Amino acid sequence: MLPYIINNSIFNMPNLFKIKPSVGLLSLPYSLVFIFFFFIPLVLTFVISFWDYNEYSIIPDLILENYRYIFENCFSFENGMCVTFKTYLSTFMFCLITWFFTLIIGFFVAYFLAFYVNSLTWQIALFLLCTIPFWTSNVIRMISWIPLLGRNGLVNDFFLSTGLTSTPQEWLLYSGFSVVLAFVHLYTLFMIVPIFNSMMRIDKSIIEAAYDSGANGFQILWNIIIPLCKPGIVIGSIFVITVVMGDFITIGIMGGQQIPSIGKIIYVEMSYLQLPAAAANAVILLFLTLLIIWIMTKMIDIRKEL
Amino acid sequence: MFSKKNNTYYICVFFFSLFVLFLYGPTFTIILLSFQGPDGGLTFPLNGISTYWFEELWRGGSVVDIGSAFKRSIILGIIVMILTVVLSVAAGLAFRKKFWGSNVLFFTTVASLIVPSIVLSLGVALQFRLIDDLTKWIGSSLDISWVNDSFQTSLGMYSSGLGAQLTWTLPFGLLIMFAVFNRFDKSYEEAARDLGATPWKTFKEIVLPLIAPSIIGIALFGFTLSYDELARSSQVMGSGNTLPLELRGLTTTVTTPIIYALGTVTTFVSFTVIAISVGFYLFLKRKKGI
Repeated sequence: MLPYIINNSIFNMPNLFKIKPSVGLLSLPYSLVFIFFFFIPLVLTFVISFWDYNEYSIIPDLILENYRYIFENCFSFENGMCVTFKTYLSTFMFCLITWFFTLIIGFFVAYFLAFYVNSLTWQIALFLLCTIPFWTSNVIRMISWIPLLGRNGLVNDFFLSTGLTSTPQEWLLYSGFSVVLAFVHLYTLFMIVPIFNSMMRIDKSIIEAAYDSGANGFQILWNIIIPLCKPGIVIGSIFVITVVMGDFITIGIMGGQQIPSIGKIIYVEMSYLQLPAAAANAVILLFLTLLIIWIMTKMIDIRKEL
Repeated sequence: MFSKKNNTYYICVFFFSLFVLFLYGPTFTIILLSFQGPDGGLTFPLNGISTYWFEELWRGGSVVDIGSAFKRSIILGIIVMILTVVLSVAAGLAFRKKFWGSNVLFFTTVASLIVPSIVLSLGVALQFRLIDDLTKWIGSSLDISWVNDSFQTSLGMYSSGLGAQLTWTLPFGLLIMFAVFNRFDKSYEEAARDLGATPWKTFKEIVLPLIAPSIIGIALFGFTLSYDELARSSQVMGSGNTLPLELRGLTTTVTTPIIYALGTVTTFVSFTVIAISVGFYLFLKRKKGI
């Protein structure tokens, strides 16, 4: 669109006021936001990851020290795994477990909404019911687990009163368990929406045809519905995995600030103003995230899914 | 196949109800617990029923100034909402035809949704730090007195904070616009054009009323996502914290139900906004007669 303006304004000066403005120009303000708050920041992050720094300032340079520091001692396995690899592994585990649960739950919620709820009004109403929490505060939704999972929480009360355990269980809150629980609680919607969208596009007559030909419910699910939902599943998975990969807030609050994550390394380094070091970590995180997305998008064309 | 009489149907209903309970249960627990008496703690049992903690909140009984954080969040939310609606509707109109750079812009939009928030927050923080350094350098080399005397930082709620939040809300706006225009019947527009309406008039009289309900949806996303946004703005808000940032700080320091009272208040604000939007949406939908 930019060459268009330049072309017309420079070479057709006399006709300037006759130019029919291109509709594409309407995207200019939108594009400017992303140039200024997305492209330039990401490029700067990449550049600054090669800079040097001291306690007060960041110093333009071209060094690999920030990257070397991240992987220090990582390739001699004498003392076990290095901190960096341990952190990455822990973050990957959170991704995997969260992905598994959000996928299973999200799929069946979408399945119910798409196939068992017949009236459109009800479908919209129930869909809205699932969406509303997404528009409320994440922090509040996290701390709302405290009265349930805390040492004197409802779950422990139940455990103690039924005699399932004799002491309050500490693993319920500020643990890997509560982190995963919060992730599933917060982000299952990211699975529901695209999978539901895919399911709504399935031609019901295909299912009827299969049913009439004698396929049972499981066969229909496995051979028809799941393959046709693949795009939705991939999009949902990308959302869930990327949001968990970069997380530092949920892991911080629900892990009692004790569990490491890639996002948290960046956060901590920023608070110590070690900005180039944080930038190097950010570049690696971004690279890993893009790698995962690239692998997943090999399977579908996102643009067709909207 | 999907008959309501077989067992699978009841299993699905049960499962769905459980999921809804899982979604809403915890939030309602803290709403309940926020109405405790002065001796109340963070867990059950309820110690009396009162509005003590709300009064305490109102008096500013906690460590931070919640009132102004609340106000800041609302104002920023409204600004983000307006910008999200205007920019994404405009971009959505542009995307109806291919234009120079449209593919890049589309992938940027998707990329912005999935780039880790901390990376973006760091990037914007770095950018504004460099802008600061540059401004100070220019100020001192050209001897501009106001820069030398009073310039602190360009980082702030309405500069870097606003921009960082827009990278999160705008993609939702544009994707909603895509969904709208994919199902949009162009014949009304063509009729208007054939009858001699200008593009602006066609937009105002035909397109806008037709997409109005969806615009409410975009506005809802714009406001609520900004109002609750935390990860992207965490490093770039400057000196004035928004409510979610304050809340996150409180999770580690506060041990009284005052934090639940605050949670109840913000949830109430969110619910009110959602209810108004849904009501408005239904009203417009009915008016349109579709």
